[in-house]
Amino acid sequence: MELVEAIILAVLAASTPLLIAATGELVTERSGVLNLGVEGMMIVGAACGFAGAWLTGSIFVGALFGIAAGTLMSLAFALMTLGLAVNQVATGLALTILGVGLSGLIGAGFVGERITPALHLNIPGLTDIPLVGRVLFGEDGFVYFSLALVVGVWWFLYRTRTGLILRACGDNHVSAHALGYPVLRIRTIAVMFGGACAGLAGAYLPLAYTPFFIPGMTAGRGWIALALVVFSSWRPGRLVVGAYLFGAVTILQLHAQGWGVGIPSQFMSALPYLATVIVLVLLSRARTGGSTAPAALGTVFVPDR
Amino acid sequence: MQLVLEKRAERSNTIALISPLIAIVLTIVTMVVLFAILGKNPLLALHAYFIAPLTDSYSLQEIAVKATPLVMIAIGLSLCYLANAWNIGAEGQFLVGAVAGSWIAVKTQGTDAGVWVLPAMLVLAAAAGALYALIPAICKVKFGASEILTSLMLVYVADLFLDYLVRGPWRDPHGFNFPTTAEFDPVATVPLLIEGGRLHLGSIIALLVVAAVAILLGRTIKGFEIRVVGAAPRAARFGGFNSNQLIILTFAVSGALAGLAGIIEVAGPVGHLQPGISPGYGFTAIIVAFLGRLNPLGILIAGLFLALTFIGGEQAQIAMKIPLDVTKVFQGILLFYVLACDSLILYRFKLVFPNRQVARGAG
Repeated sequence: MELVEAIILAVLAASTPLLIAATGELVTERSGVLNLGVEGMMIVGAACGFAGAWLTGSIFVGALFGIAAGTLMSLAFALMTLGLAVNQVATGLALTILGVGLSGLIGAGFVGERITPALHLNIPGLTDIPLVGRVLFGEDGFVYFSLALVVGVWWFLYRTRTGLILRACGDNHVSAHALGYPVLRIRTIAVMFGGACAGLAGAYLPLAYTPFFIPGMTAGRGWIALALVVFSSWRPGRLVVGAYLFGAVTILQLHAQGWGVGIPSQFMSALPYLATVIVLVLLSRARTGGSTAPAALGTVFVPDR
Repeated sequence: MQLVLEKRAERSNTIALISPLIAIVLTIVTMVVLFAILGKNPLLALHAYFIAPLTDSYSLQEIAVKATPLVMIAIGLSLCYLANAWNIGAEGQFLVGAVAGSWIAVKTQGTDAGVWVLPAMLVLAAAAGALYALIPAICKVKFGASEILTSLMLVYVADLFLDYLVRGPWRDPHGFNFPTTAEFDPVATVPLLIEGGRLHLGSIIALLVVAAVAILLGRTIKGFEIRVVGAAPRAARFGGFNSNQLIILTFAVSGALAGLAGIIEVAGPVGHLQPGISPGYGFTAIIVAFLGRLNPLGILIAGLFLALTFIGGEQAQIAMKIPLDVTKVFQGILLFYVLACDSLILYRFKLVFPNRQVARGAG
């Protein structure tokens, strides 16, 4: 039982950054913008989040630093793709390349600070220590927040008027513009929301997942988050399933390595990436009856006046 | 105040020519600010980055050596991007090519294998790179899976596979447990062009690739098809061009070139297979492709320029203790500016000052 509990806790912890980043990107993509820079925003969020927590000794401030960093990065993306009508795919790549460099630069001074007492797991003492209680009531704040975030996004997208307008922008920006909605402004806010989430997801890694910062610690999680959005068919509910599935794959391969299964560790480590490819293929194949992606996803929109 | 884009009647060729230069100037201005923030003398730093490497023969050769993989990969990527196929996994194809070619080098080690070894390594590496690139291409064409995500995921897989080989079956038994193969035999090594220098045959191969692709794009029907499919997909459909076939073709070619670059790097400047053989060539090549305007000659110049930033970055680190990550920041910012300036080719930027009443009416 102990082991099962430990595995579930680990899966939740591994899934949370994926879930937060993917939820943000889902909103961005629903507004019709494809931001491939999630990895870059996450890694800068990780560096800034760690820096903030280390400087102030507060995990909460660290998380805010991560959010701010991700938002700033996404603003650069918005300025380029929405303001200057630059290709979104290329700009997203640029954002990732820039992010990797920036995070190395920002985090360089903190790499030695491996054991920082301020960065221990943040366990809120709501109702803990029944047998399985830790899974439900003993997580760090990020886990609860990520689930609240998904519910909030679902409610926003499907139960509010603004959510409907945002989806309209993503499906047909010409019509949305003709109806008088400020397409570019709505998209800018959606991109910033995605950036804030990616920054927070990145900050989660050094603040809660491992209590130290190493360069490149996001290790492709931003890209997996992008794949998760495709996996979810752009629906928040399925995102939770997908994120926990991927978290489970990550943790199971780690445990398999620990149990000394006769497979080289590198092959096990490759599993989450291979799983992503396979899932993308299977899903895309199943979806022969028309795509579920927002119709205007990734296309440039320049309002004519 | 509001920024408004106004579509030009036709694309501006003047801007197309000078936009990379504007981007470089803007990047350098940004770097001056960054150096000042880091507390380094900006002029000395710029000198270390852009002038010092050009003043001695060793560094000049080193620039050509670094530019070789960048140009080869970027040439392949430019074909993909022209055809609107987004291969961003060149880093993985580079590594797989390096591994496949190294297989021959490792297996023939210490035998009296003849001069066929190096050519066989080059061919196998190109084939392996092409096959590895075909995975995302086929997933895209057959199943509609995003080639962006699949090609990138395969980078991590290739990296782990290489790591497994050099720590496991291919590890040099006399290598003090370092994760590396033994030094390749002379027949498995890319020959140097200057005795005792750094410049090697790979740079000549890169130049041949540039020439070949320039001819392909400028003088053949296939090249025309690639450009039309990317620039005007509807026209291409009416013309009966098969865009799926072109995705497969451009991915295969770019994979082959990346794989070739991989083995040339390993059998040339590095001399053995080990983790970390690439400081992100596959990703920097994306910048090279765009900075070079997806044009073979432009890519050659852009490749040399980005190689200069690698060498300059190393020199700046040694001379002024400027972190190596500054080079990556530089490259990322450069790509941003290149893309922003490219927008000027199609649009005019205008600042509009809306008067209050109109603004109220719109709100």
